Amino acid sequence: MPITAQPRHLLSRYDVTIVGAGPAGLAAAVGARDQGAERILMVDRDPAPGGILLQCIHSGFGLHTFKKDVTGPEYAHLALEQVVERDVDVLTNTYVTDVSRDLRVKLMSPEAGISTVDTASLVIATGARERTRAAIKIPGQRPAGVMTAGLAQKMVNLHGYLPGRRAVILGSGDIGLIMARRLTLEGVEVLGVFELLPYASGLGRNVVQCLHDYDIPLHLSTTVVDVHGHQRVEKVTVAPVDDDRVPQLDKAWDIECDTLLLSIGLIPDAELARQLELQLDPRTGGPIVSSTMETSMPGVFSAGNNLHINDLADWVSMEAEVAGAAAGDLALGRHRARQDVTVTPGRNVNYVVPHTLSTERSQTVSFRVKEPIYGDTMLHLGDVYQRKVRAVVPPEMVTIKVSPKLLDGFAGDTLRVDAIPAEEEER
Amino acid sequence: MSDDRVRDVLIIGGGAVGATLARALSRFHLDVVLLERQAEVAFGVSKANSGIVHSAMHASPDTLKGKLEYPGNLGWRRLQDELGFGLNNVGEVLVALDDEQLVKIEQIRQQGIRKGIPGTQAWTAERTLDAQPNLTRDVKGAVWAPTACVFNPYEAVMLVADAARRNGVTIAEEQRVIAIDPPDVEDPDAPLTVRTETDVWRGRFVVNAAGLFADDIAELAGVLDFDIFPRKGEEYLLDKRLSGIVTSIIFPCPSPISKGTLVNPTVDGTIMVGPTAQTVDDKYDTSTTEEGAAQVFANARKLVPAISERDIIAEFAGLRPVSDTEDFIVGPTERRGFINAAGIQSPGLTGAPALAELLVDILADEGLELEEKTDWDPTARHPVKFAHLSTEEQQALARSDPRFAQLVCRCEIITEAEIRDAMDRGAHTLDGLKFRTRAGMGRCQGGFCTWGCMQLLAEHQGIPIPEVTKRGTGSWIVCDRDDHPVTTARSDATTVRTGG
Amino acid sequence: MAERTLPPQQHTDDEVETYVYLCTSCPLGCRLEVDAIDGDVIEVRGNSCKRGIRYGKQEHLDPRRAVSTTVWLHGGPCERLPVRSAEPVPKDEVRAFVAALQGLVVEAPVEFGAVLLTDVAGTGIDLVATREIPAPREPATVG
Repeated sequence: MPITAQPRHLLSRYDVTIVGAGPAGLAAAVGARDQGAERILMVDRDPAPGGILLQCIHSGFGLHTFKKDVTGPEYAHLALEQVVERDVDVLTNTYVTDVSRDLRVKLMSPEAGISTVDTASLVIATGARERTRAAIKIPGQRPAGVMTAGLAQKMVNLHGYLPGRRAVILGSGDIGLIMARRLTLEGVEVLGVFELLPYASGLGRNVVQCLHDYDIPLHLSTTVVDVHGHQRVEKVTVAPVDDDRVPQLDKAWDIECDTLLLSIGLIPDAELARQLELQLDPRTGGPIVSSTMETSMPGVFSAGNNLHINDLADWVSMEAEVAGAAAGDLALGRHRARQDVTVTPGRNVNYVVPHTLSTERSQTVSFRVKEPIYGDTMLHLGDVYQRKVRAVVPPEMVTIKVSPKLLDGFAGDTLRVDAIPAEEEER
Repeated sequence: MSDDRVRDVLIIGGGAVGATLARALSRFHLDVVLLERQAEVAFGVSKANSGIVHSAMHASPDTLKGKLEYPGNLGWRRLQDELGFGLNNVGEVLVALDDEQLVKIEQIRQQGIRKGIPGTQAWTAERTLDAQPNLTRDVKGAVWAPTACVFNPYEAVMLVADAARRNGVTIAEEQRVIAIDPPDVEDPDAPLTVRTETDVWRGRFVVNAAGLFADDIAELAGVLDFDIFPRKGEEYLLDKRLSGIVTSIIFPCPSPISKGTLVNPTVDGTIMVGPTAQTVDDKYDTSTTEEGAAQVFANARKLVPAISERDIIAEFAGLRPVSDTEDFIVGPTERRGFINAAGIQSPGLTGAPALAELLVDILADEGLELEEKTDWDPTARHPVKFAHLSTEEQQALARSDPRFAQLVCRCEIITEAEIRDAMDRGAHTLDGLKFRTRAGMGRCQGGFCTWGCMQLLAEHQGIPIPEVTKRGTGSWIVCDRDDHPVTTARSDATTVRTGG
Repeated sequence: MAERTLPPQQHTDDEVETYVYLCTSCPLGCRLEVDAIDGDVIEVRGNSCKRGIRYGKQEHLDPRRAVSTTVWLHGGPCERLPVRSAEPVPKDEVRAFVAALQGLVVEAPVEFGAVLLTDVAGTGIDLVATREIPAPREPATVG
């Protein structure tokens, strides 16, 4: 079911324009159409929709959204099917380089040239970018062979090239773990995964299926302290870190390799957000949003990794559908849900999205904890809600559904999210 | 690549000095070859420094480096006009934090006046903070020198070299000089024979502009009487969101060995802090260090308290080729035809255009005939900077060439047409593209554009992707799988066609 | 909370081998110890719930993995086509499964979910395409 990628006529005005056709953009389009928005434009810079999913060829996606365990490309296909059914204009190979404060969107593509469209509402679904070497200031030379894990993933999975022959991976985030397995299966020697923290920052499932299965050592509380080589990486120096995360150089050792992959975190791609001068949450790096994912600029919404870094595409789709629906509602002049309550991160909570709640509609609060609790944990939303869960770890997103009923009778203006060991409360 | 021809001038070194000299010589009917050790010009000392065209106050007029400073400053401004690289005349604010420093900076200003530097002013603390409100409140006063500029030295040097090439100079890259034949005792006027790893070149004159390796080259020519030792300077680039935190180059009061840590608003809108000044053993040691970073940020905060490591987006280290006299070593030697242009540390970059003219004069004195071309055009078509154009200008370009509507670097808004133009101007490595266009220098540091740039480089050079390099031989970026279908035997490849 | 899976039998200690697995059923990540003789699971320890026991047994007796990889693609928007095993593959056959795909070239168009190879490496498990690739030179470009 191929869809026409270039619409026959680019309209001059749209109800909803969605920047990015990855999992967030695709879900936002569904949300917007199902609320009745008619003219919807979705724009993506790649030759085909799907976003980052097209290079995430591993499974583990869709357990919640489609009730099956599928790979990234399959998830993209299933999400795209829903969009195609709803007759949305999709422009690929097209960039949004600028959005003015009155929501005039500037598009660039070889087919369509440089043009502008006006839109009643905008959904920013541009995903995330990877933290680079400069972000953590790895000292040493700057030879070829130091690459982010996501770029290596693209090279291997889309284009059929290997980043090198003997690789060290810094960072035990999911991308690093996935690439450890991927590279091993493609004949690259993966000498080890090194993680600054005392625990893996990716999902446990990936530690087992990507490292244990292939006997790839995971060195916790260890980091890379030097890179050697003039033209190409020749070796790296690694060292254990102390409780303050300071490298103990007297215990450092060298590893001969030709590749250093960096899987040291994702950051929301906030270029458009900055251009529009949206208020950003320094904890997430993404925009501050209402319960319907609307940013500080009316009519501009944010969803997916652009808003906060997610662990599962399923959460992205859920959140983006809400954003798209609200963008559709706005374009049709419907009433905006009143934002009555501010939500803040409390004990052991890193951040909370969205930043405000409505007493008029249901919404989902998503958050991540700062430190793991390997045992029964009490989650609190102020005094209005609590739930016991088996364990919480930073890599895994936690959600709380908040209905108007839950907030019924709540007279305050702030609710705090806490994640506390259950045994502490029982005392 | 080389042949038996005897050239007029061989220039060893394609950095600021070699490139400006090549262009200066291209005015005349001469056969000039520029030999660069690395994969592209400007890949050595010239690409890794603070990128400042100095106000010309600081260096003593008793030194050669001091004498060439101001003419060099004017020279770069003329070159900018002719060739179109970025150059911002931001001026210098030389800051004093105590009374002793106030005296010292005024001495520097007076030296500048003696050197003929126009427009300098002595500012009170109040005036200084008025001009640069993000400076430390501890400032006691400053000297304002409006002649200072910032530029991207790699961009400028690459355009100068390309201008030389368009005017007939041969640029030969990946030419590491390994030998210079001894003089011919029978024929003192015989040309010099310079041997590189792959080629043999002959020239009536050889100019040693070999940067860090100028002493090694002089030794090969049999006339070593100086030493070059590397002095490393680490630099840190801070996020564009800090753009405007300072609007001139902020200098601390200098010490005897170093100009100190500067806070410098680059032409790209980033802020650069650094450099350090650390003598190292290894002429290839461009590593950045924890200690260097700590020192830079501690010093930078003394001038601009809001500077923070959190904003680092990139870092690098350059090596200054310092001679044992601490001044330039320029001039003819005992070897007929062999001219030195060595020890070009700060303000060497600033002085380069003036040094080039000096070298032309020296060559003429040594017997090089200078016959001016009647058709020499100093200007060249300026490169397009798409990101800086208005929407209407961008649309006009895109209508004339759809490759202006194809983005390659999303962070810096760089189009395919600009990448292709950079390749026409000599880029054949990923770094070559980066330094000419800024592709890969933005927030994502090449995460997105690396693939697009590699494809364009591969296509332009007719090479497979695994042969595309970051900066020349040995710096491959990706390698082939073991089962590339082109290289496996046909019978091994199972082809599957499925119903579509 | 251990559970015996067989009636208690007389056996000497050196016939029993203990295997360690990290349970992935929930974020607790219990460290499971599985006692087994001759491939039969005797006891699972270290779990916090029944899911852990099920996981421990499965991992020991018949560990399987979903295999996903890529193969060469001609006529598509990129050089590689993502593929996966139609069902999870026994863990110790994963490398053979992937190795059997060396050199395989698939021509566009490719239907979503198309079976590309059957009984890969003798596992009885098929290889399916996870991306739809339109025929080359169609005006539509979609994955």
